[in-house]
Amino acid sequence: MQVPAPFEYERATTVDHAIGLLERLGSSARLVAGGHSLLPMMKLRLANFEYLIDINPLHEELGYIRFHGTEVRIGALTRHRELLESAELAAAFPIFRDAERVIADPIVRNRGTLGGSLCQADPSEDLSAVCTTLDASCVIRGPGGAERVVSMEEFHVGPYETAVGDDEMLTEIRVPVREKGGSAYEKVERRAGDWAVVSAGAAVWLSGDGTIADARVGLAAVGPNTTGIPDISAALVGRPPAEELYEQAGAIAAGACDPVTDQRGSAEYKRHLANELTRRTLRKAVERARS
Amino acid sequence: MQVTMTVNDVEVTREIEGRLLLVHFLRDTLGLTGTHWGCDTSNCGTCVVWLDGEPVKSCTVLAAMAGGHEVRTVEGLAKGAELDPVQEGFRQCHGLQCGFCTPGMMMTCRALLDKNPDPTDAEIREAISGQICRCTGYSTIVRSVRWASVHEAAAKEGADA
Repeated sequence: MQVPAPFEYERATTVDHAIGLLERLGSSARLVAGGHSLLPMMKLRLANFEYLIDINPLHEELGYIRFHGTEVRIGALTRHRELLESAELAAAFPIFRDAERVIADPIVRNRGTLGGSLCQADPSEDLSAVCTTLDASCVIRGPGGAERVVSMEEFHVGPYETAVGDDEMLTEIRVPVREKGGSAYEKVERRAGDWAVVSAGAAVWLSGDGTIADARVGLAAVGPNTTGIPDISAALVGRPPAEELYEQAGAIAAGACDPVTDQRGSAEYKRHLANELTRRTLRKAVERARS
Repeated sequence: MQVTMTVNDVEVTREIEGRLLLVHFLRDTLGLTGTHWGCDTSNCGTCVVWLDGEPVKSCTVLAAMAGGHEVRTVEGLAKGAELDPVQEGFRQCHGLQCGFCTPGMMMTCRALLDKNPDPTDAEIREAISGQICRCTGYSTIVRSVRWASVHEAAAKEGADA
């Protein structure tokens, strides 16, 4: 039987209450949301905490998808199922629906949250790749209601490590909304619902003349963090979308990533996937931006 | 710590450890062994129960998290002596062989039909995609859910007429 080591269970009633508990308990405490990454790690004793602070009661406060003109604000406790089922979100960013369809399974998606996924900071995690692709920013709240906003690059410090301090919590993810955009996500996995062997997200914004105004690609499972690739953006901007361009971007992705050989595949195979998935997602993102 | 929750419409209060998982609370503390305990890693889905009406994998939910909430297990599916149509469907269509995955499968399928009374085979398969039938009896499970769907629709029509 797999059981976590003993800990004290605390239940937060508001965001400020949760932060107050964190302030008092420091690094001996950890927030738990859906728990579908943290509890398995605690069962394996890869993670041990003296206190777990349950923030599920904050779902009313932090479970939302709101459009604010030039950005979408998504509460950190928004569950996978809510992201998958939001027609408004899918219309603005189809990449979310693409990704959510291949994250775990419907039952796990009833519990897991956006904030929990990002805070887990697993290099293979899909929503981190999505948020990286969309150039999202993360709102981190600390004691006294102090808020700071960091980019995805700043948010992920390393594998399983984020910019969130001991007495802080991630409360919101903000995604900029721009005109004539399209996005897509593709993942290769060993079996349905598994972690990615490699996955890629792409977002493209077109100019009035049909050329690429901006483009971003985010990869998961091929480096210490999900990574955006600035060289791809530089290569695509100002050019008309074309198959040769996707090939060029795929080659850049394969060269820029840093996969390791493991039970999911060889580094060489993963580079091949990074290339191929970059092309496919860019192609689909452009199609969607045009429609 | 003390936890109070509603399980199959009955309020229960117990003294538990914070680390106790919901599946073990149901099976060992309450003696409700209808919920099975399988892979322990939220992959196999035999431990699926409802938390406030939503199917969850109870091996990956703390019992403490369910405090103040409503839990429903396979023991709470039938209405007295009358089986739920999903249970009857599994019986009629041979929806189980060894029976290990059955409680989780039935909880998920009941939740599916509550949201979508006439699902396609593909929708049924998607709904149970987080659950494993080690006997590989998926076709008969899909057939069982179809049976429940059709019979519920017929019963409703009869009631409306």
